[in-house]
Amino acid sequence: MRKMLAAVSRVLLGAAQKPASRVLVASRNFANDATFEIKKCDLHRLEEGPPETTVLTREDGLRYYRMMQTVRRMELKADQLYKQKIIRGFCHLCDGQEACCVGLEAGINPTDHLITAYRAHGFTFTRGLTVREILAELTGRRGGCAKGKGGSMHMYAKNFYGGNGIVGAQVPLGAGIALACKYNGKDEVCLTLYGDGAANQGQIFEAYNMAALWKLPCIFICENNRYGMGTSVERAAASTDYYKRGDFIPGLRVDGMDILCVREATKFAAAHCRAGKGPILMELQTYRYHGHSMSDPGVSYRTREEIQEVRSKSDPIMLLTDRMVNNDLASVEELKEIDVEVRKEIEDAAQFATADPEPPLEELGYHIYSSDPPFEVRGANQWIKFKSIS
Amino acid sequence: MDEELERDEKVFLLGEEVAQYDGAYKVSRGLWKKYGDKRIIDTPISEMGFAGIAVGAAMAGLRPICEFMTFNFSMQAIDQVINSAAKTYYMSAGLQPVPIVFRGPNGASAGVAAQHSQCFAAWYGHCPGLKVVSPWNSEDAKGLIKSAIRDNNPVVMLENELMYGVAFELPEAAQSKDFLVPIGKAKIERPGTHITVVSHSRPVGHCLEAATVLSKEGIECEVINMRTIRPMDIETIEASVMKTNHLVTVEGGWPQFGVGAEISARIMEGPAFNYLDAPAVRVTGADVPMPYAKILEDNSVPQVKDIIFAIKKALNI
Repeated sequence: MRKMLAAVSRVLLGAAQKPASRVLVASRNFANDATFEIKKCDLHRLEEGPPETTVLTREDGLRYYRMMQTVRRMELKADQLYKQKIIRGFCHLCDGQEACCVGLEAGINPTDHLITAYRAHGFTFTRGLTVREILAELTGRRGGCAKGKGGSMHMYAKNFYGGNGIVGAQVPLGAGIALACKYNGKDEVCLTLYGDGAANQGQIFEAYNMAALWKLPCIFICENNRYGMGTSVERAAASTDYYKRGDFIPGLRVDGMDILCVREATKFAAAHCRAGKGPILMELQTYRYHGHSMSDPGVSYRTREEIQEVRSKSDPIMLLTDRMVNNDLASVEELKEIDVEVRKEIEDAAQFATADPEPPLEELGYHIYSSDPPFEVRGANQWIKFKSIS
Repeated sequence: MDEELERDEKVFLLGEEVAQYDGAYKVSRGLWKKYGDKRIIDTPISEMGFAGIAVGAAMAGLRPICEFMTFNFSMQAIDQVINSAAKTYYMSAGLQPVPIVFRGPNGASAGVAAQHSQCFAAWYGHCPGLKVVSPWNSEDAKGLIKSAIRDNNPVVMLENELMYGVAFELPEAAQSKDFLVPIGKAKIERPGTHITVVSHSRPVGHCLEAATVLSKEGIECEVINMRTIRPMDIETIEASVMKTNHLVTVEGGWPQFGVGAEISARIMEGPAFNYLDAPAVRVTGADVPMPYAKILEDNSVPQVKDIIFAIKKALNI
């Protein structure tokens, strides 16, 4: 008890001091790692699947926690800013799906590639951009990762190809990136994500065919959150076994709320591709707490009870927290400390995103062409001209 | 293409029948034999899929040439050309270039009817972020494809099936492995004083024929080969109109919202307007889906007689 009080007071003191310093909860001895059982994946055209147990180190656990919490809070902050009309247009949030973006990243290398659709803020973060530049892009400011030119659906980073607005179009793109990986011969893979709604797009089947034909190192990933906008999977798909829809492509169905499950499945899938066996398909069963976008309250096509049930039984952050705390990998206080730091990071980022000025009007015409000398771009009438620089 | 494949190992070609068939129109003959499966890739009939794959490969740093057997089939894939390729450099504020070439035959052929005869110059020329080129002769074709491949932007190259079989003398300079035709610059194929005749692709030849006929009547036409649809070299056209005071545009595509319409609008907006002695005249394809019967097809595309007629109308002769 005394130890706990000491720890708690240290946390409180810590919060009042410089935010960047981690207050060490030095008196506790934590386990270095723990072994966990994870759910067996359903398999399609595979003899074996990912392992059913995995080791989580304290260090990894804390990192995953911090990352998931950051994505969670960042999305909630975006919700807030949207309601204040500081963010406008499209805003598709991924709270509830944190185990997907963090788990996938945990299963690959920074030199691997990833492309997704428009519910992309989480991936933008896990692929290496800061909350600051993401929020500033959402608010359309010059400090945004695309200088305010792209917005919510068009954020890019190294080996991260967005952020794509046209449902399904990113899937052939991802297969093309995988083609480049094979062409370059560097054992890199491309994670190509799409949702349960997009899964019915014809171009995805064209991509499956070519990826399999040419043995491209492409991991097709269906992030199945049960609803394509307002249409439940049962109303959209003749077969909701998305992991089997690749037909001749082996597939696995993964518990997308369990970050360890996602991580292990990703490692398994990546190994499959790196071994030159061609593409593989992963269905991540997950859930979004928000509606399709900020214009959708999300309760006309599903019940509040359903949302609440997922929150209380399957929340990815809660699942990781419970595992870590119950297995001596972290303390509740320690995790709360991380929460405080994350909250501050998000708050600072939101301040910046709100205060940073919009991009200068003079730059409206920039970035039409790459590597070209400057030229003029026409404005709303023939007398309005904008300079265009690459 | 051979020279560019040799020069840069990131360049590769994909499309239907480009490899083992030597190309539907034999444009890629010999390339697969020389470069193999890695660089010359036969695709299934999946335009949206393989165009997307090509764009993705370009995003990841390769330099694909994506062939559409004809641009009519590019409509299956047009989202990838516009939304994934053309707009991306802008949306990413300069982070993500897309160095890709989309090429293939465009416009009317002979007897292939409505679904296989559309001209896409106006559609692709409409979009910021794309470059659109339209070669007429061998020099154009060679120089423009090389420039297109070396360009770090998405370039649409609108070739012409009927021109594939036409031989031209290739000047000495054009025979070099580094011969490039700059994108965005028109060429004056034939200087003249009485009227400016602007065209692109196969109709350039018809304009030159018309000019030869009219020359005998004492009318000297200045024939301009646009070479590039976007970015359009309006300056060359303006300078010419300021000299000749008359303008006729000639294209194979439909009249409404076409290349000639754009040229006319721009001429009105610029210094050349005050030099016009008569309104600009457009010669275009007929405003119908392309019919099959020869007499109907012949009258659905601009013929030399139509160009001559238009020139005389503009000159009020």
